Amino acid sequence: MAAYIAKRLLAAIPVLFGLTIIVFLIMAMIPGDPATAILGSYATPENVAKLNRDLGLDKTLFEQYVIWIGNLFQGDLGRSYTLNRPVLDEVMERFSATLILAGTSLVLCSIFGLLAGIVSAVRQYGWADKIITLLVLIGISTPSFWLGLLLILVFAVNLRLFPASGMYAIYGGGDLADLIHHLTLPALTLSVVATGVIARLTRTAMLEVLRQDYIRTARAKGLSERKVIYKHAFKSALVGVVPVIGIQAGFVIGGAVYIETVFQWPGIGSMLVTAISTRDLLLVQGGVLVVAAAYVLFNLLADVVQTILDPRLR
Amino acid sequence: MTDTTMSAPSRPASKSSRPGTLALLLNNTLATSGLVVLVLICLIALAAPILPLEDPDVTAPANRLLPVFAEGHLLGTDHLGRDILSRLIWGTRVSLAVGLSATIIAAFFGSLLGLVAGYAGGRTDTLIMRGIDMVMAFPYILLALAIVAVLGPGLLNALYAIALVNIPFFARNIRGITLGLSRREFVDAARLSGKSPVQILFLEILPNVLPVIVITMSTTVGWMILETAGLSFLGLGAQPPQADLGSMLGEGRKILFTAPHVSIIPGLMIFALVMSINLFGDGVRDILDPRLRAGSLTRPVSRTAVHRKADDIPSPSEKGGVLDVRQMRTEFEIGSSVYKAVGGVDLNLKEGECLGIVGESGSGKSVTAMSIMGLVPTPPGRIAGGAAYLDGEDLFAASDRRIRDLRGGSVAYVFQDPLSTLHPLFTVGDQLTEAITTHRPLSGSKAREKAIELLSLVRIPNAKERLSAYPHELSGGMRQRVCIAMALANDAKVLIADEPTTALDVTVQSQILTLMNGLRRERNAAILFITHDFGVVSALCDRVAVMYAGRIVETGTTEEVLANPRHPYTAKLIECVPVLGEPERRLDAIEGRPPVVNNLPEGCAFAARCPHAQAACRAGEIELEMSSDTRGVRCLFPLNSGAAV
Repeated sequence: MAAYIAKRLLAAIPVLFGLTIIVFLIMAMIPGDPATAILGSYATPENVAKLNRDLGLDKTLFEQYVIWIGNLFQGDLGRSYTLNRPVLDEVMERFSATLILAGTSLVLCSIFGLLAGIVSAVRQYGWADKIITLLVLIGISTPSFWLGLLLILVFAVNLRLFPASGMYAIYGGGDLADLIHHLTLPALTLSVVATGVIARLTRTAMLEVLRQDYIRTARAKGLSERKVIYKHAFKSALVGVVPVIGIQAGFVIGGAVYIETVFQWPGIGSMLVTAISTRDLLLVQGGVLVVAAAYVLFNLLADVVQTILDPRLR
Repeated sequence: MTDTTMSAPSRPASKSSRPGTLALLLNNTLATSGLVVLVLICLIALAAPILPLEDPDVTAPANRLLPVFAEGHLLGTDHLGRDILSRLIWGTRVSLAVGLSATIIAAFFGSLLGLVAGYAGGRTDTLIMRGIDMVMAFPYILLALAIVAVLGPGLLNALYAIALVNIPFFARNIRGITLGLSRREFVDAARLSGKSPVQILFLEILPNVLPVIVITMSTTVGWMILETAGLSFLGLGAQPPQADLGSMLGEGRKILFTAPHVSIIPGLMIFALVMSINLFGDGVRDILDPRLRAGSLTRPVSRTAVHRKADDIPSPSEKGGVLDVRQMRTEFEIGSSVYKAVGGVDLNLKEGECLGIVGESGSGKSVTAMSIMGLVPTPPGRIAGGAAYLDGEDLFAASDRRIRDLRGGSVAYVFQDPLSTLHPLFTVGDQLTEAITTHRPLSGSKAREKAIELLSLVRIPNAKERLSAYPHELSGGMRQRVCIAMALANDAKVLIADEPTTALDVTVQSQILTLMNGLRRERNAAILFITHDFGVVSALCDRVAVMYAGRIVETGTTEEVLANPRHPYTAKLIECVPVLGEPERRLDAIEGRPPVVNNLPEGCAFAARCPHAQAACRAGEIELEMSSDTRGVRCLFPLNSGAAV
């Protein structure tokens, strides 16, 4: 088991390296001359050349990458020119906020999605199944940014149950209760689509498993239907669903971009949107890199969980 | 695997075989309504230039933020006094166009990559797919954001970004199918006829892949519309004064509290659009996905349904016995046809006795075995008549609770393939102790002791260590021993073994048979032994019943039947058994196939394959003629009729 995890961790290293190359290349492909952009169009050619030298832009692309990755290993992702602070500090601060939001959503969508999928499969073609199927369809067709606005209107503006924006109350907040209060609406909104996807998949997986020979064996043993479904069938279905939850993590982190904008959550998504608008490209670069790396690690985690569940994969 | 245990109606290719007309109707209604809404939206969007609409971009500060149903503005106006209805229809046009273009671009490049990778294989394939994997290592929307960051905000750039991040999706799907197709005969033929790879790819393979591309497009176009709207919502897509649904929503957000309709209306439109596309796409996929179509994903319930008339329940036979099956009929209803897998079977089993049921696949022997404890999957199976008595108790009338107690208790099963019948994710010990504790209130450690005892009983060495093994870590023979141990956990009176040795090699087979025989003698359990192999029957069974097309055609003691088969089918089956030391013996396969049980011929079901068939065989009901207590044959012209019985 430990050997397997070590093997998977090693296998993730080239992927992470690939990510740095892609992120670096994307930024290198940006049209226009950064030095001119920084100095303005009236800069003298000498000044532009000097700045290019200072920025290391007169070197080859490969040399630039080596320098960049060297800095990366020392935790130096450059400085954000709009915020005038190290990119790494800003990214890490923002990323922890995103992790709280996306992590909560991921837990919510896993619980609701698995439950809905099981109920749907067990009550196949019954009313519960039809209602869940319809809700799932509605869920995956609803633009999350619009749903967020609707929830704000209903629960924040009209019912005044939850705050409309932010992560903590400006005055007197800051504890866990305050965080949960602020987290409820955005986390729910963010989890809707993933819940639908997981529910759909769980239903199919359960139906497939319930036809297996070993389910017949479980019944021939005289097990109660509850044990057959929740112990024998569900464990097998889970093996198929766990990687999908891993993939959904990517959609949830990506979807956080909208939700953070709608609820003004101080996460990395809203940071990226602002950074793109202000062309703060080092900040974009750092943000994309950190989120992508987190996603790779999360999928690794899903792999490991799958291996724990299924001894055949060891 | 399922085909052999449920051999009777092995999935017919008939169409419209999906269960539940209501569910089918509902699905179709949803898909149809999706299509109607979608077509309606598209028509309105297309007709925008000829509709009597205000100019969507003309501002009128005097008419700012008019509510819905305001005079002259059906949906009100926005913060610049522009008519929302007009902007909505023009915005839908833009969103549709962008979403469709992104889908087409992604489909084109993705399919191209997939086709090349799947057809070329080798290094090209590896290179392309590694690149695709790399792109997929990014969270979806994040990559789109990074691309927009490079290209700069704008509707066209958002379109490119969304198209680009969807390319891997198409590439993966199409590659898989191309890979399968490129190994098919028609591609080989094209290659041999001298066509170039490009010709093969586009003239031979592409036409076959096209439907898949279309399905993938139909399932992703809604998603892409949603995503491009999302980028516009963030202010990274459409730039003013140009507007799509997303940017309308984004602008409206700033005045959400004062004029919610400005943002709610475009959001509702996105929802309607995406929902209708998804409904329609699901309908298309349901129709085109053969797995869903055949109703093969229907969940079987815990017990076979019993549909028998109250006045048509035969009473127990006077022979007594621990298990007494009378005129049992089991049917499968698939689509509009009914498959009579078991058509009135009588079986009688005494304590310590072993009865073999022999027949080809499809003869109904497994279904007979499964029917007794209600293990035939419903849907599509059902018990249509007859009775099964266990010590005089009618099993088909017993409560679910009672059946659960009997299953694994008084009546235990051993199935054919021990790899698929043991749960792959639980240890042998877990599965064994579970079988024990389900029927007796034993503590964990007591149950484990009992489990070790059972494993030693079936002669598994190192029983204690084996408890923590998973089924895939054991050999086939060991696995089947575990299954037998599980069946013996609660001192069953009746052991029903459904081809328990078929999946095993010959030496292991004989070990298992010896084991079962020993257990029968020690424990005095009755065994119902299903097999297609007369060799196995002769080694173990006291009596034998030969089944054909769901009915018993001959029965008798094993010696009688083997020495003197009277039904031509039995004789043919016995001829199929190879005998050691007689290499010159001819092994004749029985010509033809068993009849399909949804349309049985009149008279003898074997007549079509029988060398002795006469006209009389093809008319009327033929009874199982009993010549003694144990001996009977369902044949008008039995063989060896002169010979002594």
